[in-house]
Amino acid sequence: MHRNAPKIALEGVIKSFGSKHVLRGLDLEIAPQESVVVIGGSGTGKSVLLKSILGILTPEQGSIKINGQETTNLSGRAYDDHLAKFGMLFQGSALFDSLPVWQNVAFKLLQVQRMNRKDAKARALDTLAQVGLTPDVGELSPSELSGGMQKRVALARAIVADPEIVFFDEPTTGLDPIMADVINDLIVKCVKDRGITALSITHDMASARKIADRIAMLYDGKIIWEGATKEIDHTDNPYLNQFIHGRADGPIKMQVHRL
Amino acid sequence: MKFLALVGRTFLRFLEATGRFSLFAWYTLRHTFSLPVYWRQIGRQAVDIGYYSLPVVGLTTLFTGMALALQMNAGFSRFDAANAIPTVVALGITRELGPVMAGLMVAGRIGAAIAAELGTMRVTEQIDALVTLSVNPYKYLVVPRFLAATLLMPLLVLIGDIVGIFGGFLVSVYMLDFNASHYITQTWEYLEVHDVTSGLWKASAFGMIVALMGCYNGFNSKGGAQGVGAATTNAVVSACILILITNYLLTGILFAS
Ligand SMILES: Nc1ncnc2c1ncn2[C@@H]1O[C@H](COP(=O)(O)OP(=O)(O)OP(=O)(O)O)[C@@H](O)[C@H]1O
Ligand SMILES: [Mg+2]
Repeated sequence: MHRNAPKIALEGVIKSFGSKHVLRGLDLEIAPQESVVVIGGSGTGKSVLLKSILGILTPEQGSIKINGQETTNLSGRAYDDHLAKFGMLFQGSALFDSLPVWQNVAFKLLQVQRMNRKDAKARALDTLAQVGLTPDVGELSPSELSGGMQKRVALARAIVADPEIVFFDEPTTGLDPIMADVINDLIVKCVKDRGITALSITHDMASARKIADRIAMLYDGKIIWEGATKEIDHTDNPYLNQFIHGRADGPIKMQVHRL
Repeated sequence: MKFLALVGRTFLRFLEATGRFSLFAWYTLRHTFSLPVYWRQIGRQAVDIGYYSLPVVGLTTLFTGMALALQMNAGFSRFDAANAIPTVVALGITRELGPVMAGLMVAGRIGAAIAAELGTMRVTEQIDALVTLSVNPYKYLVVPRFLAATLLMPLLVLIGDIVGIFGGFLVSVYMLDFNASHYITQTWEYLEVHDVTSGLWKASAFGMIVALMGCYNGFNSKGGAQGVGAATTNAVVSACILILITNYLLTGILFAS
């Protein structure tokens, strides 16, 4: 592994909301062109982790380096340059409902790169085709799509502008198993062909096994386990074991009332 | 002691909100005068705020002018001064009622729409998505609304003024037996440019208030549908109150002699 020059390096990241401590000193390194999947229970702060790296949320403490450069506290032009490296698939898709689907996908091409509309549209429709959506979907409004279709549009929007790094927040949730596998293949292909660095979040272990070079598990605000994908079946970490086998009994306690 | 703590806390919260709003207004201004400019967005907002508010503003000022003429007639006829009706209607509409009524109606129509739209974009992470797509949400969302409201409110009010005076004319001529050409000469004779322009300055200030309150509340809304509802209410109520206060202050300033 290229441990010397990580693409993304987090060290001791702490983020709280009021008295709620979400990230409690999180360390994580991701090498260039590596695909890392973060797993972890609902509400453990996986989405917060992604937003902290992007700078949408500001951690109270810790260091976040991209290409070796510190990125907490960027502003102005430097922050724009920082963001230009990323594509992000939001958990809730976050499509702009005032724009038709193709303009959502082509948003960055049109507004930031100022590409002409014809080329931008062609590229948007091409990317939509890669996620299994036909050109006529491009003319619809996001609110006319099913949840799974919205997710795929959001995925297309995340990768259309050839970013260096893409974050996928639950890319396959809400998709049927066949489409989920198509999306998994697409993510793998993006990483291999375009050489992007991918950080994904998923609850779907089949998907994690397929897209990850390395898997990291977030629990209690820290990464408690990380290793190559094939190692997850040979670990004796009780938290990880409980999670990947989906057992209610184990060290991870869910805050629910048992009947 | 508890009471004092409560007062203190409320005061601090007020200061905090004022500070945050000032910062918001400052960012908006700064981004208004820097590149890039999203013309398409500005155009879209101009149509929405300017053109589609015309019926509302027109109807409001029409009936205000009509009622004004009736009321003035009731008052002035008591001391034989019904001749002054055209002038009073024209002054009342252009200086006060045109801008204020239009401002309040636009606060209800546009302020609420802005707060609800931006609020929904906030809670569905669309604003975060804008940021990750390297588009500044102030430039893309706030500035177009701010510019459209500030620049088009005077135009709306100018049209409202004409319609309002026309309302007074209708009532005076068809119900109070005024002579039509006499009414028009009276209006022209005594109406000064300053009467109209002062109202247009007010209109611009009110447009600014509506857009800023709508954007600020929408931008800072949280907590799902309920939060968006609260943001919308806040936007409209605070804009209306600010409009009335500003109207008083501007009247003092514009007509100081
Ligand atoms: N803007 C915010 N304000 C306050 N609390 C927040 C905010 N964003 C997240 N949180 C809290 O942080 C915690 C982690 O949230 P996060 O969305 O990262 O969870 P997650 O790991 O992505 O869960 P899931 O798998 O369900 O998506 C939650 O308990 C949530 O209540
Ligand atoms: Mg999440």
